Amino acid sequence: MKTNSIKMAAILLASTALVAGCGKKKVDVLPPAADGTDYGQTQTDPNAGAGQIVPGSQEDFLQQVGQFGDRILFDTDRYNVDAEDQATLQRQAQWLARYPNARITVEGHADERGTRDYNLALGERRANSAKNYLTSVGVDASRIETVSYGKERPSALGSDEQAWAQNRRAVTVTVQ
Amino acid sequence: MTSFSFYRKLASLLLLIVGGQSVMAQTPPPVPATDEPELVEFDTSKTRSIAVPALVAPAPADTPAGNSAALGRQIAEVISSDLRASGVFETQGPNGLRAITLPEVTAPQFDYWKGRTVEQLVQGFVRVGGDGNLTVGCYLYDVGFGNETTRLGFNVPPREWRRAAHKCADAIYSKLTGELPFFDSRIAYIAETGPKGKRVKRLAIMDSDGANHRFITNGQSTALTPRFSPNYKSILYLSYVDGNPRIYVYDIDAGRQRLITQSRNPTFAPRWSPDGQTILYSMAVAGNTDIYKISASGSGTPVKLTTSPSIDVGGSFSPDGRQVVFESDRSGSQQIYVMNADGSNQRRISFGSGRYATPEWSPRADLIAYTRIAGDFRVGTMRPDGSGERLLTDSWQDEAPTWAPNGRVIQFFRTAKGSGKTSIWQVDLTGSNERQLPTPVDGSDPAWGPVLP
Repeated sequence: MKTNSIKMAAILLASTALVAGCGKKKVDVLPPAADGTDYGQTQTDPNAGAGQIVPGSQEDFLQQVGQFGDRILFDTDRYNVDAEDQATLQRQAQWLARYPNARITVEGHADERGTRDYNLALGERRANSAKNYLTSVGVDASRIETVSYGKERPSALGSDEQAWAQNRRAVTVTVQ
Repeated sequence: MTSFSFYRKLASLLLLIVGGQSVMAQTPPPVPATDEPELVEFDTSKTRSIAVPALVAPAPADTPAGNSAALGRQIAEVISSDLRASGVFETQGPNGLRAITLPEVTAPQFDYWKGRTVEQLVQGFVRVGGDGNLTVGCYLYDVGFGNETTRLGFNVPPREWRRAAHKCADAIYSKLTGELPFFDSRIAYIAETGPKGKRVKRLAIMDSDGANHRFITNGQSTALTPRFSPNYKSILYLSYVDGNPRIYVYDIDAGRQRLITQSRNPTFAPRWSPDGQTILYSMAVAGNTDIYKISASGSGTPVKLTTSPSIDVGGSFSPDGRQVVFESDRSGSQQIYVMNADGSNQRRISFGSGRYATPEWSPRADLIAYTRIAGDFRVGTMRPDGSGERLLTDSWQDEAPTWAPNGRVIQFFRTAKGSGKTSIWQVDLTGSNERQLPTPVDGSDPAWGPVLP
């Protein structure tokens, strides 16, 4: 159901400004792009012409919200949206305001250092925190689905604090 | 004694049942002498030595599972392997032991076995009946006293020969330890393959010793947290088959599954009640997870058991079905709570350092197993009132204990730091005899079912 259209590596090359400032939760290391692990964001759309970004597409969304602007990160076992997260979500809301027909799924994730069932519940909390903030700034709730992947789909593959910080996330993916 | 009269004698002595194809007969296992919760430590310094020569196959005959003579040896191998794996016994045979004769089955040469420093002797026979089924006789002798202590007979289709071996091993284990049996049981788990960032997770089932392994799902959608129904006819598990986490009940014979409840909300952490009539599950509504129960029949409406604004998740019924142990972070971190099965009288029982998760009530009712998170993940047990906390494992990430049906052994899964590779392990209640279960690929989320009838 998610037919998104560009590789992470390409996003990193194409993105111009809009790089979010590195706050306390941000990490310097880029998420691994090699095997395109972040589900729903790395499938290549054979119809997408190179360098041509369709307005309102996932590709467009990723370019407009900036590097890592599709996701907010959380502290261990937390699901609160802080000021930095709010700025990220506001950029997402601005894009959604430009494309009123666009719909999104917010994917909630946890790091591997939690038990499976609890992490599913935690991912659900995180996805809903992002959803709730987006609705509070004017995005219609009917445009937002949520799904929790718990610890099943790590973005960073290490077993260290840096990787875990990247994996405690809520990622916004456009539904085409 | 002629072979013919020998059989007549056996037939009159053995308790045989020819019934449904999977029905096996045995004498009732001994009941533990006491229900008190103090741990009875096995005295491993006095590990009992058991000899298991190959079972005799008079008039060897071919069966769909192979020749009965080969089955006689294979059954002895399974008995020996079960008893050895329990950690309570040292076993000899069938390899390295001489073949026994049919008359010896009921008249052992005790002096010979004493000479081999054997304390207990298991002998038996396997015979192919006119209906094509196997009759397996299983005898336990105390070599020192020179007497018979247990005998059992089983009538099984050839393809279920391993079950006759497990039943025999169970009878011997129960007789010699005073514990309830557990070998003749099955395990549902998640078979894992693929790289850490793109794990393929399939529902799979196997016997308690890893044999008769079978994949249920094909891995196209992620499967998690299976639980065998008490009658082994169906499996509760989580699947992302429709893109969202949802609990299904899978009918093993029919190969079909259905949602346990029609809801657009995610459902997870499914558990059966001990009588199989009720399903406990967790559901997130607008981000808040609570615990519910619903009739397993698919009729009726869900009953919400918890109402806190925090995460209430998981849960496990007490063996009498009257209470539920579950986890909640209402105190600020994951801790273990107990409530009545109607949701009343919720109270916290874990107060040690760290977080506590995945509580599972022992089938013996005396203990609750859990994952303790304090840096690393370790499996431990405590009494239902929270006292007697005891950690059984020490690794980077040991998670999600499940009880052997006799409440003496705990299985869990271990995740490797870095690679994320998983494996299924088991450990005795005393924390000893930790060992890995053989699985064809990586394994997680084990769930141990009851002893088969």
